[in-house]
Amino acid sequence: MRLLRYIAGRLVVYFLVVVFGLTVLFFVPRLGPTDPVEAMLAKVASQGAYMDAAQVDALRQSLADTFGLGGSLIDQYGAFIKRILLTGDFGPSLSMYPTPVMELIRNALPWTFGLLLSSTLIAWVLGNFVGLLSGWKPNSASSRTMEGIAICLYPIPYYILALVLSILFSYVWKIFPLTTTIRGAPWSLELVQSVLWNSFLPGISIVIVVFGWWVISVKAQTTALKEEEFVRYARLKGLSDTRILGRYVLPNAILPQITFLALQIGLMFNGSLITEILFDYPGLGLLIYSAVLQGDFNLLMGTISLSIIAVATATMVIDLIYPLIDPRIRHR
Amino acid sequence: MRRLTSFFEDAPFRLYLGLFLVVVFVIVGGILPWLAPTDPLEWYQSPRNQAPSWAHVLGTTSLGQDVFWLLTWALRNSLMLGLVVAFFSTLIGVFLGLAAGYAGGLLDRVLSFFMDALLCIPTLPILILMAALFGGQLALPAICVLLILFNWPYPARQVRAVALTMREREFVNVAWFSGESRVRILTRHIFPYIAGWSAANFINTVLVGIATESALAVIGLSSAQQATLGTMIYWAIQYQALLAQRYVWIGAPVVSIVLMFIGLFLVSSGLSMRSAERRMSV
Repeated sequence: MRLLRYIAGRLVVYFLVVVFGLTVLFFVPRLGPTDPVEAMLAKVASQGAYMDAAQVDALRQSLADTFGLGGSLIDQYGAFIKRILLTGDFGPSLSMYPTPVMELIRNALPWTFGLLLSSTLIAWVLGNFVGLLSGWKPNSASSRTMEGIAICLYPIPYYILALVLSILFSYVWKIFPLTTTIRGAPWSLELVQSVLWNSFLPGISIVIVVFGWWVISVKAQTTALKEEEFVRYARLKGLSDTRILGRYVLPNAILPQITFLALQIGLMFNGSLITEILFDYPGLGLLIYSAVLQGDFNLLMGTISLSIIAVATATMVIDLIYPLIDPRIRHR
Repeated sequence: MRRLTSFFEDAPFRLYLGLFLVVVFVIVGGILPWLAPTDPLEWYQSPRNQAPSWAHVLGTTSLGQDVFWLLTWALRNSLMLGLVVAFFSTLIGVFLGLAAGYAGGLLDRVLSFFMDALLCIPTLPILILMAALFGGQLALPAICVLLILFNWPYPARQVRAVALTMREREFVNVAWFSGESRVRILTRHIFPYIAGWSAANFINTVLVGIATESALAVIGLSSAQQATLGTMIYWAIQYQALLAQRYVWIGAPVVSIVLMFIGLFLVSSGLSMRSAERRMSV
């Protein structure tokens, strides 16, 4: 019963957060001095596309629909929120007319999630391992070196690291592809290889930074936990180091990381967007970028609404599973 | 003076190293721009595509700009942006965090909701949207305002948490019962506890501010006509510095960002280590 109440409460907050995010998204374009519809039309016209008056009017109508520019501000706002939350409809893409925006997003999302999820997981496993070992013997030379390396890696933004890696491994030493080209029939071995090969550099740039953080914080946790009574007791009981680390220290060292992850998702998402753009990686970031370049307003509103919903959802999911993992937090 | 010396006596090594790096960049970005022989943004003030030499320490760009002086201007603008964002975010954050944690009740709920909600909104897409709407580029002041809007919740959350525990402490109760005013309790008794965390957070926000602006600039959506670390990278990429193997041009801003961020991170983690130690000892 308590669990249900917790989940219900969290879902209400989640819903409010999403509505709040979309509200920001609704009002932000209206803050500026320019009319976004006219600005977009000017942008499309400057691309050199010739359109006759009827087409321009049709486009203006479609843009006005996307913005929900009919009626009073309150009406517009209500219609905007309702349309996104209930139907998930962002209209057709203007630059790839008449493909619906949702379809483009559906094609891009697996790339972004795949990249972020797999690199976070790899970094998590590696970071925990190295962090635990170096926290266990915090003053040894190797663990000091590891911490030094981690401290130098963590503050670097993902996209800077991505840039450095692409300079090193695509320009100077040409072993990895400069831009992403996926080859092979669906579900063939060649396709899998091609995806892995092309994802390597963008992925590793995220892995390295997240790894750095995990080493720093797991090491600090482990060093503190080592002095705890229960660890001393386990050692006096004659348990092996591996068992103490795995069964006693690790679970306690991991827990604080999970809340950190929830806070960090937004930043990681930001970073992965730019990384994708730099590597031409076909995820949400590249989609947003091409929408900006081509003045595709429907696509832009769609991708950005979805970014907000995705980050809010990920944060909520972590919040919901956290009490399941941490036995000390039972839903009060 | 006494406090300053004791500050350095028990400061961890990483704080020194970080301060050293940050001071170097503050000198390069704060003083050297005044010494630039000409406006480094102007084209064709120097010969084009020079390799590093005595006349041009870091070489020149293919637009005939001196990379070193350009870098000093870029550092100045980036640092200014980071400092402005961090100053106002910390100010607003500490104020609202204290208000939420100390007042409690409805105010706390409303403020906490806004903090959590803003943290869930990815900043960069919103900035990209704004840039796209306003002619493809955002002016630096506009970026500052937006970054402040999205960054105050970090200090606010932390300060709120500290203020919550503070409310229950004995000495705060004693102060309250001995008739001290709320304002005095906040400034004299609670604020000293928050100061260390706020300093660490301030540095961190400088870092986030510079990083976000650079991210926007690298894809050409910040004010490309201003020199910032990000726009330097953008122009280097635009003019194919990589294909032409002019690595110094693109390397200078990249290495600066890396070193400066390591410095800032060392300072902020050194500061929070120190305030954690202090908290333990109290």
